[in-house]
Amino acid sequence: MRKLKKEEVARRVAKELEEGYYINLGIGMPSLIPNYIPSGMKVTLLSENGIIGLGPYPTKEEVDADLTNASKQTATLNKGGVITDTVEAFAMIRGGHVDLTVLGGMQVDQYGNLANWKIPGKKVKGMGGAMDLVAGAKRVIVMMQHVNRANETKILKECTLPITGKGVVSELYTDIAHFKFKDGKMYLVEYAPETTIDEIKANTDAEFIIADDICEMNIS
Amino acid sequence: MVKFYNSSEEAIFDIEDGATILVGGFGLTGIPENTLKAVNKKEIKDLTIVSNTAHTDKHGLGPIFEKKQIKKFMASYIGENPIAEKQFFNNEFELELIPQGTIAERLRAKSAGIPAIYLAAGVGTEVSEGKEIRIFNGREYLLETALGGDFALIKAWKADKEGNVVFRKTARNFNPVMASAAKITIVEVEEIVESGELDPDFIHTPSIYVDRIIYGETFEKPIEFLTTRD
Repeated sequence: MRKLKKEEVARRVAKELEEGYYINLGIGMPSLIPNYIPSGMKVTLLSENGIIGLGPYPTKEEVDADLTNASKQTATLNKGGVITDTVEAFAMIRGGHVDLTVLGGMQVDQYGNLANWKIPGKKVKGMGGAMDLVAGAKRVIVMMQHVNRANETKILKECTLPITGKGVVSELYTDIAHFKFKDGKMYLVEYAPETTIDEIKANTDAEFIIADDICEMNIS
Repeated sequence: MVKFYNSSEEAIFDIEDGATILVGGFGLTGIPENTLKAVNKKEIKDLTIVSNTAHTDKHGLGPIFEKKQIKKFMASYIGENPIAEKQFFNNEFELELIPQGTIAERLRAKSAGIPAIYLAAGVGTEVSEGKEIRIFNGREYLLETALGGDFALIKAWKADKEGNVVFRKTARNFNPVMASAAKITIVEVEEIVESGELDPDFIHTPSIYVDRIIYGETFEKPIEFLTTRD
């Protein structure tokens, strides 16, 4: 078994983008995706603090304290980009206008529940816009390591951490596998190169079905 | 009618113990730096604060947490402020974490005279505990009530002498909706221009929502995470 680098997972997820998509990317692994948008494809990045058409990080000269992204980092606006207030930024999320959101996760379970906002007694940060995004985006992809630092699986029969949304995950990409969720069931649809299905089973607590058309993940 | 004040301290003269205050900003971007400093300086406590985040330990709400002026805090995020996190674990204030879009839409409902709304965010999570659930078109929604404040502390870019206000870039964020959801809205601005100088088609917050304006004493505009590509 070889765990994929996070850049390789980002490269794979980027293949899911489609021409004209409006997408919202979470912090951490998902923020690598813009590096792998196929050339010539028009994809518009959103930031829920009110940006439609988020650009790359600014140069030192371009830094503007009044232009930041939802991770509170300095940002730029692409040509034709738009700024709205928060009410409108979340109306477009809630109203189903966002084609795809890609978020990191602490745990995902076999029912497509996601936990990524709180560790009771240890860490309280808050959900920010994550609950709104998973409830409102047309498609929710979670991208995360398959096991944590203590080598415990993050893919469970049932989340033990407080969840961010119930049955909201459409697809889960990890450093060894790709799962899809449909009608309350979890399917293994891809295995990473140099990883076997048995190795995925051994590292997963959730019960999943092996898809008929299962194949190797394309990370080229 | 809009009244212009000479200092932040004067503009917040009637904020007293137990007030509910809406605080504009997203992280440190677009926060009312000057009126927050005035609140911190004044001997007031037991405040209920509604803000997207807890800012940082050094800036914005940080010193207000440090002085223990807050009784209840309603926000979507308190990471980045270690003082607030520590005080929360010591039960020094009541924390209500609310999904960000739910805060925004509850404020909007208040500003538009709508007592409650149904939202899908948080269904099946801790957020749904104790809330009425209704099903529309086969999907579950939570009943969320309108959220307003006694005061709103707002940071804007420019105001004209009528009291119309515009914001700059992503410093807009929660500011317009909070301005329209409070009984008394206090706006600090970087520039005051003559009436007629702002394009009427591009006013973000019209004067009907604004009660007091001050020319902000200093704008430090701290950056939470300076990230550049070079």
